[in-house]
Amino acid sequence: MSATTTITATADARIPLRGHLRHTGALMRRNLLWIRQDPESMADAVLFPIVFTLLFVYVFGGSIGQSLGGGQDAYVQYVVPGMLAMMGMTMAQGVGTGFNQDFNTGVMDRFRSLPIGRGSVLFAKIAVELLRMLFATAVLMVVALLVGFDITNWGGLLASVALSVVFGSALMWVFLTLGVVMKNAQSVQAMGFLVLMPLQFGSSIFAPTQSMPGWLQNFTDYNPLSALADAARGLMIGGPVAHDLWLTLGWSVVLTAVMAPIAIHKFRTKT
Amino acid sequence: MEAGTFGCMTRIDKNPTGAGSAVTVRGLVKHYGETKALDGVDLDVREGTVMGVLGPNGAGKTTLVRILSTLLAPDSGQATVVGYDVVRQPRQLRRVIGLTGQYASVDEKLPGWENLYLIGRLLDLSRRDARARAEELLERFALTDAGKRPAATYSGGMRRRLDLAASMIGHPAVLYLDEPTTGLDPRTRNEVWAEVKTMVGDGVTVLLTTQYMEEAEQLADELTVVDRGKVIARGGIDELKAKVGGRTLRVRPADPLQLRPLASHLDSLGITGLASTTVDADRGALLVPILSDEQLTAVVSAVTARGVTLSSVTTELPSLDEVFLSLTGHRASAPQDAVPTDDRQEVAV
Repeated sequence: MSATTTITATADARIPLRGHLRHTGALMRRNLLWIRQDPESMADAVLFPIVFTLLFVYVFGGSIGQSLGGGQDAYVQYVVPGMLAMMGMTMAQGVGTGFNQDFNTGVMDRFRSLPIGRGSVLFAKIAVELLRMLFATAVLMVVALLVGFDITNWGGLLASVALSVVFGSALMWVFLTLGVVMKNAQSVQAMGFLVLMPLQFGSSIFAPTQSMPGWLQNFTDYNPLSALADAARGLMIGGPVAHDLWLTLGWSVVLTAVMAPIAIHKFRTKT
Repeated sequence: MEAGTFGCMTRIDKNPTGAGSAVTVRGLVKHYGETKALDGVDLDVREGTVMGVLGPNGAGKTTLVRILSTLLAPDSGQATVVGYDVVRQPRQLRRVIGLTGQYASVDEKLPGWENLYLIGRLLDLSRRDARARAEELLERFALTDAGKRPAATYSGGMRRRLDLAASMIGHPAVLYLDEPTTGLDPRTRNEVWAEVKTMVGDGVTVLLTTQYMEEAEQLADELTVVDRGKVIARGGIDELKAKVGGRTLRVRPADPLQLRPLASHLDSLGITGLASTTVDADRGALLVPILSDEQLTAVVSAVTARGVTLSSVTTELPSLDEVFLSLTGHRASAPQDAVPTDDRQEVAV
């Protein structure tokens, strides 16, 4: 028995799929234990959806609602699907900061000197961040119901959550790359913020884009966050969906196809 | 038995080439811009022995270890570990090495047990075997009671022990210890040395980098002295000690003008026989390499016989500085350009 083990182990230059799954699982357990050791790290996932939803609904809700032909209630229906899109973005940004901190503790050197696929470390990080994102989404939905959000289509809600998970995981590759390439966590955060702000506000997340100047509308039309928010709107409360759905999926595929290999390569060759 | 897979693999994998050398390095070069971290290093570590790589900060020690653990690609040259090439066979190589030191640390947020379990799983042990191996190693490194606490709450010595335990999980054939005791107090240092000696007793081959002659003397069978990316001396501990003096007798004449005449007088007597006396003008002292108490007595009598008044006489193990002074004629000063990887060491402490 040991002889066969030896031969497979010795010839084992490639790692079988089961090995990858085992490694990713073990590393996910590590990232989940972090949350258990440090429950405060979940504060953003809890507070972010509460604070932003209340802020936008009660501060801007009345006036933007009027332009939608209703009042605050109309705005709630408009902004909650947008919040779902924003959640994906904000939670994705955190992945880069956390990953960068990992590098500076040196524990990454140990992982990289072990016979594991180096992508496992990244996949595990993304999987756990997606779980955090789902948690934040659950909080968002509770808050949404409390401020009077009316879900007409539960299947559409689930589809929207799935779509934001897909897009969120694609975005995470971008922020993971930043986390690997940049020197410290602060610059990762600053850089993430610079990318986030224009994308978030130059979109249809918080307000309809009709009143924006033409050049800005051009930007918001191509902004994947607009597409995600509009697709979620269509899925949850009805309206046209197909165009925005495909646009979001297209962005997700392109981002993943381009950024995942770059992230893994940078991780592999980081000195 | 959970250790079976790896133990067996290690034995068979060890040295497919059949040579007696577990680590072979030839002409290894790594430059960071203008800084030559490694400038053509050759090294052989015989199976089952401890090779000490001695050098100051920035000598290239960490760069060497990082290349040998596949964390860094060399610019040129060749290196194999138990027959596996660092560039062409990194996956196989990672299976047979253990890495511990200042920077290859444990996850401080995780409890000790979880750290070891995680690495067991990453080394493809089954859940049950990984659990058993974690408990076995916690016990062996006297960490069982602390096993459930986050590693962040550990003392410096406990953390190094956990680090050692983590690098032993896969029964490595070759263990890299990169400055394992830098930053530890003397008592903890002794603890770590004792652990390392036990592991060597189990037959593991060790590549140890250190800045301390004392550490090299305690642990290493052979020594390679590096400076600015180059090997400047190599040999058995006794051989090198003979070159640099087993101990140094530090003689300070009351009158500094006596320094040079006294040095040539002692050399002309040929008492120490092996290496010549060095003048440390900065500190107004003569450094006389001595190998025995008889030589010490003979030197002191020779000085007294000349009627020179002394303000102090001390003996000491050679510091890295003195080793360098004896071997190269210059002090082990940090190079002008700091080597990038060595900066990490300070961060990691």
